[in-house]
Amino acid sequence: MNSAFAIVIIAMLGGAIRVSTPFMFVALGECLTEKSGRVNLGQEGTMVLGAMVAYAVSYHTNSPWAGVLASGLAGAVLGGMHGAICRLPRVNDVAVGIAMMLFGTGVAFFFGKPYIQPTAPRLDSIPFGNFTSIADLRNALDINPLFFIGIAVALGMAWTFRNTRWGLIVRTVGDSAPAALAMGLSVDLVRFLCTAGGGFLAGIGGAFLSLSYPGSWNQGLSSGQGLMAVALVIFARWSPVRCVLAALLFGGAGAIGPALQSVGITQGYYFFNAAPYILTLVIMIATSSATRSARDMPGELSMVK
Amino acid sequence: MPEGATAATPISTSPTTPAADSAIADFLRRLRRNSEYFAIPVFALVIAALLFSLFLLAIGRSPGDFASYVWRGGFGTSFSLQNTLQRSAPLILTALAVAIPARIGLIMIGGEGALVLGGFAAAAAAIPLIGVLPPIPTLIIMFVIAAFVGAVWVGIAGYLRYARGVNETISSLLLTYIGIAIMNFFVEGALRDITNPNKPSTKPIGDAYMIGKIPGTEVHWGFAVGVILAVLLHLLMTRTTFGFAARVTGGNFRAALAQGLPVGKIIVACSMIAGSCAGIAGFYEVAAIQGRANASLAAGYGFTGILVSFLARHNPIAIVPVAILFGGLVASGGLIQRRMDLPDATVLVLQGLIFIVLLVSETLYGRFSFFRDDKAGERK
Repeated sequence: MNSAFAIVIIAMLGGAIRVSTPFMFVALGECLTEKSGRVNLGQEGTMVLGAMVAYAVSYHTNSPWAGVLASGLAGAVLGGMHGAICRLPRVNDVAVGIAMMLFGTGVAFFFGKPYIQPTAPRLDSIPFGNFTSIADLRNALDINPLFFIGIAVALGMAWTFRNTRWGLIVRTVGDSAPAALAMGLSVDLVRFLCTAGGGFLAGIGGAFLSLSYPGSWNQGLSSGQGLMAVALVIFARWSPVRCVLAALLFGGAGAIGPALQSVGITQGYYFFNAAPYILTLVIMIATSSATRSARDMPGELSMVK
Repeated sequence: MPEGATAATPISTSPTTPAADSAIADFLRRLRRNSEYFAIPVFALVIAALLFSLFLLAIGRSPGDFASYVWRGGFGTSFSLQNTLQRSAPLILTALAVAIPARIGLIMIGGEGALVLGGFAAAAAAIPLIGVLPPIPTLIIMFVIAAFVGAVWVGIAGYLRYARGVNETISSLLLTYIGIAIMNFFVEGALRDITNPNKPSTKPIGDAYMIGKIPGTEVHWGFAVGVILAVLLHLLMTRTTFGFAARVTGGNFRAALAQGLPVGKIIVACSMIAGSCAGIAGFYEVAAIQGRANASLAAGYGFTGILVSFLARHNPIAIVPVAILFGGLVASGGLIQRRMDLPDATVLVLQGLIFIVLLVSETLYGRFSFFRDDKAGERK
């Protein structure tokens, strides 16, 4: 019983690291977009397209890192579309997000059909568990380099927001468009670039899904991660570093089902699969308020009251 | 000279009965103003069709073939038209599930979850009743349960919006994922029909308990119920005190609060109406088509319904023709897939494209002077 418990804990640790990586990238992308004062609900579609593009490019070029780059570029194109459409007057960014979700998913399924069967080269993980002889622990400590890149991006983003002119520009645009205009900034251009950049990161999150864990391309690959990222950013109060922590929490929740399965508890598999959604909903209920706006929220954000 | 010309114009156009003339002019003016809401979405559809044609040409397929297959598979024959109407039933109902909350300013996209859970609840409720109750009471109970479960499911998102300020778009979509997981949990576990080895499903309700077709057609009653509900909800939103209060809430939340309107009740009520529509769609999918609840319930009707409602500008009456149009598109999907060797996601690409172009077209409203009549002094 005790050893089974240890196995579950170790599997959850490994799972949290694996499952959290895509969350981390999407959440950081969404954080960048929302910092500039816009919400992109289409990150779900961006992730699915990123996963497909990464897998296809990795298959054709034999280089998974080329796949990662291509997925980022595909994500930037979708993000750029969102950014360009939302600058038009009278256009609702939440509705555009829903449309981009459908469009990105549709395009990914359309072009992704031939890639469901073949096996593409995957991203290699770095084995950090060589010191131990416990197989489960070694397995858990096989960590993908993207995990560390994600943390580096988060730290870099936090530093940039705080200390640089670029960070100030993004924060000003996000907090008060009139103030940004008075400073002579192009609000639309900054938001366009931030949405495209956010799409780039979300695309890489998708690449992790198809090239590392679960590690294959199929149509059910991303089921709501892109959407949960939006809630996760609210929970992280628009701080890139807290986004990483929140992603780890979500990763842990997502790893409960597979971890229990590894010790033979298969009952309630679907319930544990729903755990991240339920956790997201609970967190949203806990962090929202009907009477005041969320703490540290960029002033221009329309959707999160 | 110019002064004389301007002075002469009103006299020459003024006929003998000024009252009738002003009524006709008023009607024409309103027609012209409202035609904007028809012309711009149609224009968006045309642009989306052109873009999709370019897409087909780029991948080496003929747009003409595509159009002819959509016509043949969706509208051309009596059989395909009836198939289309059948498929438009859940689209009408799930589009209503988007349109009613949209009237109070909420973007609820939880129709898919309410459909799946409503359908599942109906199938589950039927299991102990089969053979105990005759078909008609059983179906009525199933209908009520499906509508109730759907109402609760979307009602949760509405309540959370009002009471906790939780963003309804995200929460309703999360509830969709949770709803599908709940159905899978039961269908693969406690309620699984062990005699059916293929696909995890609940026990079939049996042919005797299936709902019939509209007499003389192959279309099930869900279509008629969808049309009736669309008309009733249109009347509710435009001709009743409740509808007026709901529109005030959607137009200006603070004004509604200041007027003492029960905004919380209105938000929850509209969400529950929306959810029950989607739940009823689930009931018909189970009781008229599938005969049991399984993963096929999550066929994406709820998501297409979002597009239908936006294209109909959240007008319940306009939803019916738009839903038929998209029902035809969905119905012809199989034919296109087989004959043109295109993946089934082709329809999804087209839908996404239409959605994006439609939202871009929102920016065109009020930009054409043809639709406006705000020349000074002319307004009644």
